[in-house]
Amino acid sequence: MHKRPLRLVRKPGAVGAPQRKSKIRARAAGDRTLQVFPLMAFGTIRNVRKVFSAGELTSRSAEPVVALDDANFDFDEGQLIALLGPSGCGKTTLLRIVAGLIQKTSGSVMIGGREVTEPLGDYGFVFQQPSLMPWRSVIDNVLFPMEILKHSDRAARERATHLLKLVGLSDFLQARPHQLSGGMQQRVALCRALIHEPKLLLMDEPFGALDELTRLEMNDLLLRIRKETGATVLFVTHSISEAIYLADKVIVFSRRPARVATEIPVSLPYPRNQQIRFTPAFTQAERQASVALGVVPATETAA
Amino acid sequence: MNRIASQIGYPLIGTVFLIALWAFMCVYGNIPTVVLPTPDKVLHAFIARFDLILSEGWVTLKETLYGFILALVIGIPMAVAVANSRALNLMFYPLLIGLQSVPKVALAPIILVWLGTGMESKLAIVWLVAFFPIIVDTVAGLRSTPRELLELARSLRATPMQVFLKVQLPAALPFVFTGAKVAITLAVIGAVIGEFVGSSEGLGFLLLSATSQLDSPLAFAALFALSFLGMFVYLLVELAERLAAPWLPPAPQRH
Repeated sequence: MHKRPLRLVRKPGAVGAPQRKSKIRARAAGDRTLQVFPLMAFGTIRNVRKVFSAGELTSRSAEPVVALDDANFDFDEGQLIALLGPSGCGKTTLLRIVAGLIQKTSGSVMIGGREVTEPLGDYGFVFQQPSLMPWRSVIDNVLFPMEILKHSDRAARERATHLLKLVGLSDFLQARPHQLSGGMQQRVALCRALIHEPKLLLMDEPFGALDELTRLEMNDLLLRIRKETGATVLFVTHSISEAIYLADKVIVFSRRPARVATEIPVSLPYPRNQQIRFTPAFTQAERQASVALGVVPATETAA
Repeated sequence: MNRIASQIGYPLIGTVFLIALWAFMCVYGNIPTVVLPTPDKVLHAFIARFDLILSEGWVTLKETLYGFILALVIGIPMAVAVANSRALNLMFYPLLIGLQSVPKVALAPIILVWLGTGMESKLAIVWLVAFFPIIVDTVAGLRSTPRELLELARSLRATPMQVFLKVQLPAALPFVFTGAKVAITLAVIGAVIGEFVGSSEGLGFLLLSATSQLDSPLAFAALFALSFLGMFVYLLVELAERLAAPWLPPAPQRH
C-alpha cells in the first residue's frame, strides 16, 4: 500500500491534463499521499529526543536518563550512512527509534514519506551478535522474515540461495549455525536482513564482535552487497576508519546525551578497496571525525 | 571405536565390582537372606517371578507415563500463560514457587482419601510431583528468549502467535526438556509413593508385600525392576529430545 503513492508522484503522466484524475486517485490512496513531497530526502531525522524514564530502565537508578538529545540529519535513498560515536552515546537508541522498536520522546523520524511510530515491516536489521536461530538451518534462518511476511515460496528460496552465494556460503545452506564461524554467522544474518528486499537496512555495530581481518573482509562484502541490492543503509559503529571506509556520509555523535556533533561527507569514490585507507582524502576524513569526537584537539587541524 | 568401548567398558567394570562386593559381603559376613539376599538369589527371583514383575511393572509404567503426560499437557499451557501475561505471572508464579516447597509426599494420604486406591490417585500424585519442574523450567525458557530475536520478529510486524510459535517456543524447548527430565524421574517416585500409601498392584505394592512376607529376594528383584523402569522412561524422554530438538549438542558436551 505504501508503495503506491510514491509511484504516483513520480509518474510523468501525473503532470498536466490528467492531473485532476491523479489527484482523485491520490485521495483514494489515503491521506498518506498528501505527506509525500518529491523533493524531500528519503529519510529525515528532526530534533529526535529520547528520555528513558526510571521505570523503563532495568537498572535501579531513579533518575530518568537522556539517551538522545536532539539528533538531526537527512539521507537519500541508496546512501550508506555511518552513525559514529563513543559507546553508550545513544546511536543504537536512535537506530531502534528509526526501526520503530522504541518510542521517541519528541521529534520526528520520516522514512520514505512516513512518520515512524511503530515497526513498518520493511526494514532489515542486523545486530551486533548474529542472533541466528540454532534450531534452523542456514537457509531457513535466512527465510525467517519471508515466513513471517507469508511470502515463503520458491522465489524466496531462490533469492535466499542467491544471497548466500553472494556472501560465499553456497556450501553451507543446510548447515546449522553453530557449525559456522562468527564471521560466517554474521554473513547469514546479513542475508536474513536482506531477504525481503527491505527499503532500509539498519545495522547495529554488526562487525564489532569480529576480529580485525574478518571485519575488513565484511566491510568489502557489505559494499559489494549494497551495490548489488541498492539498499539504503544506516550503520552504527564506534570505529572511525570503518565509518569512513563504508559511508557516503558520517554522522558523528557527541558523548551522552548524544546530539549530532558533525556531519562529514565522504567524497571517496565507489567502488572502494582497502587501498583507499592510505590516501590523503581518507586520512583527512579520519582526522575530521577524530576532531569531532574530541580524540584530537581541533587546533592541530588548523594547518 | 576406542571411545565407545571405554564408554561401555568402564561402567561395566564398576557394576561388576559392586556386585562382587555385594556377594562377598553376603557370603563372608554371614548376612541372612532376609536382610540381604545374595545377587544370584535376586537374579533367580527376578527370572522365576518375571511374569509377576512384568505385569506389576506395566501398572507402574502406565501410572508414571500417564501422570507425566498429564503434567506436560497441563504444565506447558500454564507456563505459556504465566510467561506471557504480567497479571497471571504476578498472581500465580510466586504461589507456584511456594507450593513447590510443600512436600508432595505428605499429600499422598490426603489424595488417597479423595480419589481412592485406584489409578486416579496415582495419576494425581505423579502429576503433582512432575508438574512443578515442567512449569518452572518452561517459564524460565520462555522468558529467556534472546531479545534480538524478539526485536527481529517485531520489526517484521510478526503476530503474537507467530512470535510464540516461531521464536519463543523453539527457543524454550531445551528448557522444557530439562524440566521434563527432572519430572520423569520424579514421576517414578510419585507412582511408587502412591502405591506404598494404598494400592493393590504395581511394583511399589509388590515391594511392600514381598518385604511383609520376608521374601527379600523378590523385594530386591522388584527394586531392580523399578530402577530399570526409571532408566527406561528417562531414555524415552531423552529420545524425544533428540527427535524434537536435534540442533542441541549431545548431552555430555553440555556439562
